[in-house]
Amino acid sequence: MKNHQEKSQGHRTSFVLNDRLASVDASPTLRLSEVLRELINVRDVKVGCNAGDCGACTVLVDGLPVCSCLLAVSQIAGKRVETVAGLMANEPLTGKLGSSFLAHGAAQCGICTPAMLVSATALLRNNRNPDGPAIRDALGGVLCRCTGYRKIIDAVLNWDQLPQQEDGQVGASIVRLDGQAKIKGTDQFADDGAPADALLLRVVRSPYHRADFELGDLGAYRRANPGISLVLSARDIPGENLFGVIPGYIDQPVFAENYTRFKGESVACVVGDPDVIKHLDLDKFPIVWTERQADLTPALAQAEGAEQLHLGKEKNLMCEGRVQRGNATEGLANAHVTAKGRFETGFIEHAYIEPEAGFAVRIEDRIEIHGCTQAPYMDRDGIAAIMDLEPSAIRILPSAVGGGFGSKIDLSFQPFIALAAWMSDRPVRITYSRTESMQSTTKRHPSEITLQIGADKTGKICGFDFVGVFNTGAYASWGPTVANRVPVHASGPYSIANYRAVSRAIYSNCAPAGAFRGFGVPQSAIAQESLMDELASHLNMDRLQFRIRNALDNGEPTVTGQVFETSVGIKPCLESLQDNWHKALAAAERFNRAAEKSGAPERRGVGVASGWYGCGNTSLPNPSRIKAGIGASGGIFLHQGAVDIGQGSNTVITQIFASALGVAVDQICILGADTDVTPDAGKTSASRQTFISGNAARLSGENLRNQILRLTNATTDATLTISGSLVSVDVGTGEKSQINLRDLAEDQNGYVLSAEEVYDPPTKPMDKNGQGDPYALFGYAAQMVELTVDTRLGTVELLNFTAAHDVGKAINPSLVEGQVHGGIAQGIGLALLEEFIPGRTENLHDYLIPTIGDVPPIETIIIEVNDPHGPYGAKGLGEHVLIPTAPAILNAIADACGAKVRKLPATPERILQAITKTSKEAKTNG
Amino acid sequence: MGGSDTNSLQAMLADYAGGKIPVLAGGTDFYPALGDRPAPHPVLDITRIDGLKALGKQGADWRIGAAVTWTELVNAELPSAFDGLKEAAREIGSVQIQNLATVVGNLCNASPAADGVPPLLALQARVELTAPMGVRVLPLEAFILGVRRTALLPGEIVTGLLVPEHPSETFSRFKKLGSRSYLVISIAMTAITLVIDGEGLISDARVAVGACSPVAIRLSALEAALMGSNADNPNLAAVVSVDHLSPLSPIDDIRGSRHYRMKAVLEMLRRSLADCAGERTKS
Repeated sequence: MKNHQEKSQGHRTSFVLNDRLASVDASPTLRLSEVLRELINVRDVKVGCNAGDCGACTVLVDGLPVCSCLLAVSQIAGKRVETVAGLMANEPLTGKLGSSFLAHGAAQCGICTPAMLVSATALLRNNRNPDGPAIRDALGGVLCRCTGYRKIIDAVLNWDQLPQQEDGQVGASIVRLDGQAKIKGTDQFADDGAPADALLLRVVRSPYHRADFELGDLGAYRRANPGISLVLSARDIPGENLFGVIPGYIDQPVFAENYTRFKGESVACVVGDPDVIKHLDLDKFPIVWTERQADLTPALAQAEGAEQLHLGKEKNLMCEGRVQRGNATEGLANAHVTAKGRFETGFIEHAYIEPEAGFAVRIEDRIEIHGCTQAPYMDRDGIAAIMDLEPSAIRILPSAVGGGFGSKIDLSFQPFIALAAWMSDRPVRITYSRTESMQSTTKRHPSEITLQIGADKTGKICGFDFVGVFNTGAYASWGPTVANRVPVHASGPYSIANYRAVSRAIYSNCAPAGAFRGFGVPQSAIAQESLMDELASHLNMDRLQFRIRNALDNGEPTVTGQVFETSVGIKPCLESLQDNWHKALAAAERFNRAAEKSGAPERRGVGVASGWYGCGNTSLPNPSRIKAGIGASGGIFLHQGAVDIGQGSNTVITQIFASALGVAVDQICILGADTDVTPDAGKTSASRQTFISGNAARLSGENLRNQILRLTNATTDATLTISGSLVSVDVGTGEKSQINLRDLAEDQNGYVLSAEEVYDPPTKPMDKNGQGDPYALFGYAAQMVELTVDTRLGTVELLNFTAAHDVGKAINPSLVEGQVHGGIAQGIGLALLEEFIPGRTENLHDYLIPTIGDVPPIETIIIEVNDPHGPYGAKGLGEHVLIPTAPAILNAIADACGAKVRKLPATPERILQAITKTSKEAKTNG
Repeated sequence: MGGSDTNSLQAMLADYAGGKIPVLAGGTDFYPALGDRPAPHPVLDITRIDGLKALGKQGADWRIGAAVTWTELVNAELPSAFDGLKEAAREIGSVQIQNLATVVGNLCNASPAADGVPPLLALQARVELTAPMGVRVLPLEAFILGVRRTALLPGEIVTGLLVPEHPSETFSRFKKLGSRSYLVISIAMTAITLVIDGEGLISDARVAVGACSPVAIRLSALEAALMGSNADNPNLAAVVSVDHLSPLSPIDDIRGSRHYRMKAVLEMLRRSLADCAGERTKS
């Protein structure tokens, strides 16, 4: 075992690590997590927060699960430490648990999986038949942002029963193909791969929301601190000191110049010997700050005299979006009933358990960047512009990604290490702290939405007028996308003839708001679906029936005038809820009658909401390219560049490709993602990978298949068997043709057969009123929830969800469920818990995401209304899953106790206030 | 300070250098407070001191040693008076935290939202402070002086807690209000200890509230009002009135407003008292 010396404070601590004696020289108070990861390379222990808030670093010490970030190494002297890698090797219970996790789809990105398995092992050692509450208590200290926890609970409950495995073609719930590494702890996440000799980089950031600053004598600072090799700031950037994601909106500097626009903005970085850099007190960095008045809300940023953040952006208006159809004003004037409201949501933090991290290496005149990302090619091009290099000089090698949800599309840590590796000619490593990650990376846009909807006597919506103001923070990021998407989607999946939706994105002195699962649509759905309930109540109609009555149908135009002839799936989604809906309403009525009688404070309610989401870019090209090849010895290689951030693209894209080629999934070797190896499959965002990269994979598979069929003159329905270098083609007549792959010529990649196909979804531009065909396809969703509200404390207990999702075709139903569960969990957070307040909730104990105790059972109903554009009919799903959740919860709260919460999150206090308001109104009216 | 050996209290206190180095116990407050800074060294690691892991009867008291973790408290066989403290123990952070965090550390950290303080106030716990010069014992009320402020003198450490033995007919309850299930800082919490005599009358009542003042406090007027009440009375909750909460001075913060905290505490206390009557009628 390799030992390192923590300089000058060395002290030997011996303990038993995974059944073997270990001994380290380290400062006695060094955190156990750091000792394990950095000194003895036990990287299966993950670090998510360094504060005991996320539990990712859980290990067993003398059998008890503890956060290894809270333990001094001296405190484990003579004790027994077990990590997931050791347990998987030595403890049969963990082996079974691991298999169960994979079989149940309990691991998505996998960053929390080691801690979940370790904690569950401790539970099972004492109790082989744990029930739900025991499992929740055992795993309550480990946060997961992907799975929604339900599959984790199932995996532990059923740890010794493995479901039957399927064959892997399209439609089969196979275990994720990249799963083994996730349960063994061998998956290389962003912070797991840095070379031992890498320099460490830390970023100096603005402590103020807005400030002027002057850098001091950086050279003197470097000389005064031996061990610092580089101090970098704006003047060191060879190319453009700017990055962004949307042409025309590239407005964020890598290092601010003289002026910072948000708290946490980078101004400089220090690079050098890790032991020195780690111990630097960055408060002593030579910089003079002058704090300035900051405008944190759109109202302040647009007030008279407010300072303009960016040149040419008057009143801090970044951009506007609009969709208009028919005449909304007239439609509302003629309405029989109307509902109107103003809704507010705050910043939402992505809170992936893996903070940003990576390392960069210069190799002659190229730079390689390893780390977490959702968009390797965009990273490549962005870094090329910053470094003034050709894109071909940049190689992006995405690590396993410990959750993304939109924020890891943008550049964050990459420019710093690219620059430092380039200048130092040494590998350079960076690891964001939790606070740094929360302060500086993008968030979901806060929204202020004013909406009025009207319906006629028959319950048909006849007018809809929406204005949404979005706080886009200090820089554009994906703000323009939010501004464009929201007016298209604000109608919900309904047929509305008279419609107007306007969105505005306003700059402020907050962290940049960018992409987050749904791009503004979850916010607009909260307003729209809440008012749908009010209209139904004014009309005295059942709320679900009212939605079915207005649901968009095949052949009807959307609010942008787009018509889908066969693939609109919202009605089947809503109709599939009917049984559960009526049962739930009856149960709530019984419950509430009993509660009124007994004087109990709980009231039960049922809520429903719909959602839709267009897959891919809005009226813009959005191609994916997938390459594949077969070698002379029969190896089938899929160059899979659609980054898997836990959602399952490694598995789904491979299933599609295997089906198209006509071979078994386990014959395929996945390569990438790596910009030197995998062609551009676009970014993992906009629910586009299954649909767009899936189509490119299908085309590549079909291309290869056709080449083989042509070589044998076989018909299209022939059966292929590839076994070693022999390819057999069976046309079903008893005749078999064979090809020996060794007889074919190899290309420069070593393939004897290869294909590279691109798919770009057909869209049409939108005119000035937003009329056009923005997306080739939409996915549809409807969710219902049952809950109880404690009317004296304002607390909510979620009882269960039923989630119906039209995915066109479920390529892998288990992964579909995983997406649904995870989306619902994030929707619960949006509805009840989460609000990022710049400068105040920059850690995971003040910013609360749902724990395993906060997500109730979920029944997933998969609806398959095939889409003609989708691969095998499939539609995207990743974002649809959280759109209906928050409004369904708000509607159920209102149903339970009358409380209409308009400002999120619906904390116990806000719910109680809303209850008080309702009962006062009732008194006044009565 | 090395190896797996524990050390005598006196030797460790001598190393403590008059309190010039920080104290480390479970680490669950020590490490998060560092933020991104490296941990200081040396420290006084009290988990290594002989005898401080002990939890048991000592004369008329129950003694909880300074290195006893919340998990060890939960697993210990203790009389019913400790039920509320055990309920609090199970709500502290998560199992991963309870396995490290010490009961005494929760007091020494002196957070207004420390979950351990209200139940220990309601148990009339006393704090044992040890210095090279000797030992003194303070009531818990006199130990925590303010937000992050205790009566510890330089060179002194807390070596244990003393909780008086309660009569077997003691009802004890802890309630915590937080906005999620695990790992949550309390919006408010309440703890009650009711000693009930042979006739079912409350002969001693202690009520404490946390996260509603700089230091958790007892509500003496409510305690007085409860004295002599019938613990079996289904309307026991009606004893509590808003006036009883007047010693509280909650703040508005991201977790809740002053107004909400007062309302919630009133309700939580009523429910705790209703639980008492309910459970007694059941048994």
